[in-house]
Order: sequence, then C-alpha cells, then structure tokens
Amino acid sequence: MQGRGRAVCMGTDIDTDVVIAGRYLRTKDHSIWVAHVFEDLDPSLASRLNGTVIVAGKNFGCGSSREQAAIAIREAGVIAVIAPSFGRIFFRNAINIGLPLIECDITCSEGIPVTFDLTSGWVETGGMKYPSRPLSVRMQEILAAGGLVNYWRTHG
Amino acid sequence: MAGEYVDRKVDHAYVHDGTGVLTLEAWKNMGARGISDTAHLHVFFDHIVPANNSTTATLQHELRDFACRSFFRFSDIGGGICHQLMSEGVVLPNEIVIGADSHSCTLGAFGAFATGVGATDMAAIWMTGETWFRVPESTGIHLAGNLVGAAEAKDLALSYVSKLGMDGASYQALEFVGEGAATIPMDDRLTLCNLAVETGAKTGMFYADEMTLHYLAAAGYAAQVQEPEPCSYKQELDFDLSDIVPVIAVPPRVDTVKPVSDLAGLPVDQVFVGTCTNGRYSDLARFARIVKGRKVVVRTIVVPASRVVLQKAINTGVLMDLVEAGCSIGTPGCGPCLGSHMGVISDGEVCLSTANRNFRNRMGVGGEIYLSSVSTAAASALEGEITEPEVS
Repeated sequence: MQGRGRAVCMGTDIDTDVVIAGRYLRTKDHSIWVAHVFEDLDPSLASRLNGTVIVAGKNFGCGSSREQAAIAIREAGVIAVIAPSFGRIFFRNAINIGLPLIECDITCSEGIPVTFDLTSGWVETGGMKYPSRPLSVRMQEILAAGGLVNYWRTHG
Repeated sequence: MAGEYVDRKVDHAYVHDGTGVLTLEAWKNMGARGISDTAHLHVFFDHIVPANNSTTATLQHELRDFACRSFFRFSDIGGGICHQLMSEGVVLPNEIVIGADSHSCTLGAFGAFATGVGATDMAAIWMTGETWFRVPESTGIHLAGNLVGAAEAKDLALSYVSKLGMDGASYQALEFVGEGAATIPMDDRLTLCNLAVETGAKTGMFYADEMTLHYLAAAGYAAQVQEPEPCSYKQELDFDLSDIVPVIAVPPRVDTVKPVSDLAGLPVDQVFVGTCTNGRYSDLARFARIVKGRKVVVRTIVVPASRVVLQKAINTGVLMDLVEAGCSIGTPGCGPCLGSHMGVISDGEVCLSTANRNFRNRMGVGGEIYLSSVSTAAASALEGEITEPEVS
C-alpha cells in the first residue's frame, strides 16, 4: 500500500485530548469531530489537513482511548500519520478504522511531499529515504480490508 | 514470549457511556451478527452522569436499551466508575480483562492482565469473545521499605511516571514487585496500576498475594497466590518507599513532576477529589480526616468512585464531615476529570485534582490542571493555595 501527501509537522506526545477535546465527543456526527480536530493545538489546522501526511514526534496519540481521535484525523482527509512511536490504543484504533500509521523517525519540513510504502516499509521525503517498521501481519490484513469493520464483514 | 502475537479469549469486557456508543455503532456495522457467550460483558454509565443535555440523553438511551436487551451486566448512572466497579469483587487473578477505556490497566492490581482498547476492537470482542495481543516486554518496578510521613501511593505513582516519562514504557507491562509491594493495600495498588498508561504502558500489575486473597475473600471469592516467574525485564526501576515525598504533576504533562514544596503558595481556584485514581473510600476518608472541623476556602468537588464508596462514606460519617467542611458532593462517576459536563474550569483558572491527566484544556479551555495526592489536595483546599500536607 502506497501513499503520498504534503507534510504537516507536529511535536512529541500529542495526546488524544488535543486531537479531539472531550467537549466534542458526545455525538455520532463525525463532521463535528472533523471541524474541531486539533483545535487546542491550532484552530486553523482542521481546514488544512486534507491530502496531508502528519509527521509527528514520539508517542503520538497517547492518553484517552477515544476512537473519535483517529476518526477525526482520517475524515479530515489525512492520508497517514508518521511518528517514531504511537500511543498503543491509538495505534490499534487507527488501523481499525483504516487510517495508516507508520513507525518511522524522519525529519519533517512543513508542506513538502512525503511518499510512503507500507508493504515494503519505507518513507521518502526531502530527498531522503527512511526504512519504516513494518506493521504486524494481522494489522496489514485489517488495514488492507479498510478497517476492522470491513475485515469482520468479509471474515467469519 | 514477548513480541509474539497471540489470540486470547477475554474473560471480562466492558465499555462506558462514552466508548459504548461507538462500540455499538461498530458492532452494528460489522453486521450485528451476535454477542459472544464466553466473555462477561458489562456496560457502565460513568462519564456523563446524569446526562447533561438531549444529545447525551439520546445516546445513553440507545445504549442502555441495547445493554438491557442483550443481557449485558448494566450499571446505570450513580453506580460508579467502570474500573472501580470491576474492582469491587469482579476481577480475579489470571483473568484477561479488556475495557474500552485507557485506564482499564487499573485492574492489573489483582494479578489480572487488564488493558484498554478502542470502540471497534471492543465491538469485535462483543462478537467473538476474543482479541489479539502482542505479548509485552516488562518493566520491573522494585519497591522496598514503607511510605512514610505524608507521602501516599499517588506520590509514588507520579514519581514513577516522572522517572519513565510519558512514553518510557510504551507497549510494555509494568510489574510492581519486591518486598515493599507486599505492604501496599489494594486501594493503593489500584492507584499505582491506574497511572501505568501515562507511561505508554499496556498494563500495570501486581502479583496476587495474601493481601489480594484477603480482599477477594471479603467479596466471596477464593483465589490462589501467584508466584512471580523468573523473567528478564527490559528495564528496571528501584524505589525505596521511604524516599517518596508529596509531589505534583505540573500541566500539561503527567511526567513533569515536582515536590509540593516547590509549588507551595500557588493559588488554586478549584479542588477536585475523585476518579478511578483516587475516588475510593480510603481517599475520601483521608480527605475528611484533614478537613474535618474546618472549612475549605476554594470550591471543592468530591465525587465518590462508586455507590458502594458513597454508602460507606455515609455510614461512617465521612460524608457529613466533607459536607460540613464545605465540599460539594457529585454523583458517583468520573466527575469533572474529562471536562465534558460538570466542574469545568474557566480560562486562567487552576484546578488541583487527584485524577490522572493534566493535558491542555482537558477540564476547560485555558484552565490548568495540577495533579496531586489526596492529602495535598486537602491541605490546599483549606488554604486556597498549593500547600504541603502535614504528617498525620
């Protein structure tokens, strides 16, 4: 699975409260999460995420298990999130809803293209090619199905 | 073996009113093909209780209706916090316990494997009764000696988070071991395991010992002591409990931890005592002991972790002591911790909280959350500023 987008740079330890605040959680209307994604980090971000690849520091998505965080990022149009490590619940959530995550430590330059290949495990940006840590076989299957809901629709 | 991927049957799986709504949606989208008859399934209403508006009420109505029709164990508003209810004579050693909440690691205090997942993972567990895991490496936290002075388990918890950092045990299990571990009461073990996720860990755990068996016997269960198996830890920390002093986590990070003495005098607008970290009876009793016969000088919200906790606080007079001291008492549940319905703080305000997260804007936009022990919260509530607790 390959993908490409413009880089949006973020810092370390981005917690899921910052991705989508508790005050916006009590709804099933996904558009509310998309409208307020990353609001407490930068209120202008939500409208600029379509077609981007988030390149963050370590431990992206730590904290609360709220799956709305992964949904908001995906539905805002983010192609993938690249970080050296992720909060483990966010990691599962993102793959489960079909948002590719890539464990890779790269230098981020705002706005420049980032290309990745999940299957062969590399990320390319700014003229540099970095190896990325491959997803487990199960996670690759779930992601290939488009998420765990589709995975279970087609399995068992 | 650590690093291996395994599929395991789940003994207990639980959601709350927050994550349960998305779990139900995902379960329906998977085809609503049935409910596992092997796992014990629970639904607890604790996050926004009672419902604060029509939208929340509608979402809760739908989940309540489904839980009751599907014969899940259901606890409505006022029952208490999911992790607390699971600790009141439900979880046993060696069980696999999965909650759709990040603080599900709390239940590792019983020698269970307990961890959190998101809604879609939980929906698959409802359907199949099992899930996959990557077997974690372990971080050994060796404890020696006893807590002394005004130091509490919460101070130890914040101290280990500070030492490991917010990702210092990513994807790992924390094991609390050593002769000091045996002396730690169950309530404090729950507090220590509760904070494990703040280091990125998958779970925190104690091995079941005489203390565990005694606690479970009171709930009517006979369990066996677990013998720690020899293992190699990925990393090890050593704490002499007598070195632990009262500390505070400074916003917006749980791992920015300073001695209370460094922050003494900082004005506080609100004190909050409760949550899955420090809302148990022993916490309320400790708070009451300090404020009894005096008045808190800032608004102080006390939320018992469960109905059982509340009942005990009523029966022992602890509740009256709190009310007479000027505390506001909330419905058992998560209270203001997540900042979505009550006890929200304003821009520029400071809340001193016994909870586990002080992330930016969590309890209200522009507000700051400092995290402390119950004794530090009580001493500070009486002074209106961060105050070192006295040795009792």
